[in-house]
Amino acid sequence: MKKPLLIVSLCLGIAGLVAAQGGTVQLQAAGATFPAPIYTKWFDAYKKINPKIEVNYQPIGSGGGIRQLIAKTVDFGASDGPMTDDQLKQAPFKILHFPTVLGAAVPSYNIDGVNTPLKFTGKALAGIFLGSINKWNDPEITKANPGVKFPAEDIVVIHRSDGSGTTYIWTDFLSKVSPEWKAKTGGPNTAINWPTGLGGAKSEGVAGLLKQTPNSIGYIELTYAIQNGILYGDVQNSAGNFVKATLASVSEAAAGAAKDMPDDFRVSITNAPGKNAYPISSFTWLLVPAQIQDTGKREILKGFLNWMLKDGQGYCEGLAYAKLPPPVVAKEAKAISLIQ
Amino acid sequence: MATLSTTAGPVRQISRSRALLNLLRDGDELAHAVTLTFGASILVITFLLIYELWIHSTLSRQKFGFSFFFTSTWDPNFGQFGSWPFIYGTLVTTAISLIIAVPLGIGAAIFLSELAPPKLSRGLSFVIDLLAAVPSVIYGLLAVFTLVPLMRHTIEPFLKRNLGFLPLFKGPAYGVGFLTAGIVLAVMIVPYIISVSREVLLAVPQDQREASLGLGATRWETTWKVVVSYAGAGIMGSVFLSMARALGETMAVTMVIGNQPKVAASLLSPGYSIASVIANEFAEATADLHLSALTELGLVLLALTLVLNGMARVLIIMTARKGSGVAQ
Repeated sequence: MKKPLLIVSLCLGIAGLVAAQGGTVQLQAAGATFPAPIYTKWFDAYKKINPKIEVNYQPIGSGGGIRQLIAKTVDFGASDGPMTDDQLKQAPFKILHFPTVLGAAVPSYNIDGVNTPLKFTGKALAGIFLGSINKWNDPEITKANPGVKFPAEDIVVIHRSDGSGTTYIWTDFLSKVSPEWKAKTGGPNTAINWPTGLGGAKSEGVAGLLKQTPNSIGYIELTYAIQNGILYGDVQNSAGNFVKATLASVSEAAAGAAKDMPDDFRVSITNAPGKNAYPISSFTWLLVPAQIQDTGKREILKGFLNWMLKDGQGYCEGLAYAKLPPPVVAKEAKAISLIQ
Repeated sequence: MATLSTTAGPVRQISRSRALLNLLRDGDELAHAVTLTFGASILVITFLLIYELWIHSTLSRQKFGFSFFFTSTWDPNFGQFGSWPFIYGTLVTTAISLIIAVPLGIGAAIFLSELAPPKLSRGLSFVIDLLAAVPSVIYGLLAVFTLVPLMRHTIEPFLKRNLGFLPLFKGPAYGVGFLTAGIVLAVMIVPYIISVSREVLLAVPQDQREASLGLGATRWETTWKVVVSYAGAGIMGSVFLSMARALGETMAVTMVIGNQPKVAASLLSPGYSIASVIANEFAEATADLHLSALTELGLVLLALTLVLNGMARVLIIMTARKGSGVAQ
């Protein structure tokens, strides 16, 4: 009889010790994988300034982030696509969107005998991914690239097979420039029923297939392309200019869209106006409940958002993410006060 | 009265729990209870697994019914989900892998247990166990970098040149597809077949071999007709264990199958498998119906594994009867 008692009291003692060790505030967050490297960097840097604050971010995917936020198992979520009206209705509380950084998708290719950066019109990209343009020497491709000698070979299309924010941006752009694409595939989504092509899992999978498959074309994240020195083409924007995706031209797209930005920041900035705007760009968002009961957590979260808009943006370039343009930062700073 | 009844209760409880402790002290009852709990937990886990998959796939089951199994459109945007291309891809890649791995694995196991010098056998077995422990994503990576280019430049053009009249080897050579996925799976499951079959063959009593040799059978006749047939059920077991692994393999397959939900007769064509599509789309699936359909795919994979394992059991029972009949 004595032994079990001893064990029970020991267990209780240990539990008490563990509980007493607290003192730091832990925030739970989950969501998009694309911005995970910079989020991790931010939370790490923020912890150095405020040692008592710890954010545990799980990059489980945008869908998972949204579901966990709705189920209230995390304090805030993150997503590469804005929540739909249906999803917002499903949530038992109001959710605010805060853009954090920008991402972009770029067309990359592997064509025999072509080593120069190519130019693509939106129509050409839509046609290629629909399968209606299926040879590299199609006039829609050649006329934008005078002086480049294209082979008369079949185009092998490569897309992401995993559900991904990159696919969302890519299909969002194609839906905007091609009514046919929109009608056939049903518009932007993280995964769609592809009319043609091979699927590669994640950026590495697509890049790998591209490298190995002659006469192929695919789309990859700008961040991944920059970090791995992958050749990619320019895309024609809404002003008619062929723009190379760079951190600056992606931020430019956000600046171009800032004027007509809705107050809830749920906006697509693909094919945005602006002379130098790269057309296949997008925000990625933090999803924050509008009402947070716990005062401590609320102030911490607001503090972090303010820091993210100022100092946090300084970490972008090192990690190959595009910064928020000043007008968006100003608008977001105002919106932070909506968290109550 | 009142005080009496309140004190009598705990006293009786204490004496009862003491009796229970005395009962447990011997160990037999305790061991029985503990192992029973552990044994039952397997049933509970299986039941909970099926229950959860069943509940979470309600939306998809109600919307598509049986057409889920026979339609081929998988369109998250339009909310159309049919699982046939994935079932097909899973079955085809598993079949290819078994066709390659079973003769190879059983042959190697026979050599290792019956014919090879013991030293060599032990050394090789160690290497095989090592292979079985390699994570599948490593096999997938190796396949992407070495097997896929080899398939595209050498093997697939060769197959098309010589066997191109068969519908099995038509279409462009991408390097990725059913055949490549099947080969990678074969490489992955061969160690299992060898390892388990070898153990089973080694467990055949020495008397059996000696008796057969004593009756004038040759070494090979003894090995094939006595040892292998004695170990038949166990060898079948190893095959079905590896089949289960091939059915559920995810990472290595998704890296080389092409991820195109398409039903094609050609083995060179890209395809898709159940486990791959779940791994690919689950994290970013936001629509309820999409999630529900993916969960139902999980249920389908579970059912497929159960059915194939059930068939395996029946096969083992049938062959075992036949074996004993011959022996008489």
